[in-house]
Amino acid sequence: MSKTLFDKLWDAHIVDSIDGVDVIYIDQHFIHEVTSPQAFDGLKKRGISVFRTQKTLATADHNVPTINQHLPIIEPMSRAQVKKLTDNCREFDVELYELGHEKNGIVHIIGPELGITKPGMTIVCGDSHTSTHGAFGSIAFGIGTSQVEQTLATQCILMNRPNTMRITIEGELSKGVFAKDIILYIISKLTAAGGTGYFIEYAGSTIRSLSMEARMTICNMSIEMGARGGLIAPDEVTYAYLKGKERVPKGDNWDNAKSYWQTLFSDTNAMFDREEKFYAKDISPMVTFGTNPGMGIKIDDLIPEINNVASFDKSLAYMGLKKGESLLGQKIQHVFIGSCTNARIEDLRIVAEYVSGKKKSNEVSVMIVPGSKQVEAQAKQEGLDKIFIEAGFELREPGCSACLGMNEDKIPSGEYCISTSNRNFEGRQGPGARTILASPLMAAAAAVSGKIEDVRLLID
Amino acid sequence: MKKLTKIRSTAIPLPIEDVDTDQIIPARFLKALTREGFGENLFRDWRYNSDGSEVKDFVLNNRMYSGEILVAGNNFGCGSSREHAAWSLDDYGFRIVISSFFADIFKGNALNNGLLPIQITPDELQQVFKAIEENVKVEFQVNLENQTLEIVGSDKLFSFEVSTYKKMCLLNGYDDIDYLLSQRDRIEEFESQQLIY
Repeated sequence: MSKTLFDKLWDAHIVDSIDGVDVIYIDQHFIHEVTSPQAFDGLKKRGISVFRTQKTLATADHNVPTINQHLPIIEPMSRAQVKKLTDNCREFDVELYELGHEKNGIVHIIGPELGITKPGMTIVCGDSHTSTHGAFGSIAFGIGTSQVEQTLATQCILMNRPNTMRITIEGELSKGVFAKDIILYIISKLTAAGGTGYFIEYAGSTIRSLSMEARMTICNMSIEMGARGGLIAPDEVTYAYLKGKERVPKGDNWDNAKSYWQTLFSDTNAMFDREEKFYAKDISPMVTFGTNPGMGIKIDDLIPEINNVASFDKSLAYMGLKKGESLLGQKIQHVFIGSCTNARIEDLRIVAEYVSGKKKSNEVSVMIVPGSKQVEAQAKQEGLDKIFIEAGFELREPGCSACLGMNEDKIPSGEYCISTSNRNFEGRQGPGARTILASPLMAAAAAVSGKIEDVRLLID
Repeated sequence: MKKLTKIRSTAIPLPIEDVDTDQIIPARFLKALTREGFGENLFRDWRYNSDGSEVKDFVLNNRMYSGEILVAGNNFGCGSSREHAAWSLDDYGFRIVISSFFADIFKGNALNNGLLPIQITPDELQQVFKAIEENVKVEFQVNLENQTLEIVGSDKLFSFEVSTYKKMCLLNGYDDIDYLLSQRDRIEEFESQQLIY
């Protein structure tokens, strides 16, 4: 029988079923300081150990400062939470890349760069952007703390099989259009709730043409349309990225693994519960104008005139924007380049290429936060750090930073920030902060001029 | 986990769509190491001004409204996977959230904490909002066994879906982890047959 890629992987991980709910085996569990303490407490109360320590990896990323990481954390509650992770990992024998470690970084950045994330796996983490790892042809999704505890205790979770949706994108991207624009475009079409209940497979020639890093950006934001996860069938691009990575099989094991991975695709006649198709030629650089990622427009479009919807009005009032307005030329006070969506080396290269020899506007503050220590080291090796510093950017140390308004990096109330992160919710980047989501190049251009630009007019 | 069988209560209306978990509990309150006490900061930035004073027109600050049921607009609980959102609602005293649509992760987290998400049709949701608008003291009767939501004193009785397994857990107060721990042998057997790369 013809199967979708998702169904092949799901079926291969069913341990058992109870009343239509599947017991799904988890191949890799990532944990971090914010959503794990209560889960470890649960284990302690029950007097049980971590079932498979080798399949669990911890990093500190959400609640960490992005300056002076070599010094003790100043904020007492953050310090206590990070210490709790260290203590729990020691007590339960879980491998940890703690703050300052050369392999520390945002959980969804380090998994792939270490070669832990591989095709065919099931991956969970107490973080909704776990969907990032689906770019390798794995089933990866975010879970709550109760499920973190279940995974620690049994390496399994209970879950209803989601529906499947295939989103096909065909054609060549125009200049100045990136993976971030593709996904913001799709979410603007399907809405912030449009993918709920589905697991998405991204397919088509546009997706095939993308690098692994760009594919991760797409899968990362699957959750922003409500989908539990998104995945992309592995191909030569995937194998080229993986080959030689630290935790990827070597020698004969590589050949065996690769021949298995080559079976991971949706069969020709496989039936999806839903199909959507888009064309690359219709996609322009995107920006959001509202308070959920579905509220996005092409840079040359106007904010839609939707009337009599209280939530829409509330959203625009929060953003200080009006129906029928353009965002082109909108002044911004802050630029945030970072997060699990866009803080990989390719993102930094795109920014560096544009800002090389330029200076940031005097009207803005610019924070650029590499996704991991390895990304940071690579950027330094390539001399990108000098370009950023000469441009007047603040180059920070790795972490989730101003993506989520949890650590010290926040945007002041009422001020605008163009951000390469994934969420423009009210208060997401700090109470009252006004977030405009966009690609790294859009953020770089805004950093230089101090206002929202159409990057297509600024590049060759 | 707390058992949940029947609840009869007034309800608090929040007719806003796409309420994300950052609104339910902003990230800066996720630094706690236990599950308790999050109710204090439930809907923090809608409920309080930056100086700590109450936002007068926010529904939780309106003493006319009370109850163990929250009625919210479409796509409630979208965004972050933080279970703290479910803990906050529970800690504040809610046992039930009614909406026309829930985000997946929130729904799972709620069910794992004895907080029942009841999904009804958009039209039924409007009837619920209207009933509260007409009488803030109107009561709702939820019967999990029968999977029904009744607007008390009217002829309106709505049915809702809940998975057989989750219903059994809620009625008995069972956690998923109890079941999974009982399956460890089966899990080890699965591991012994799994292809590993």
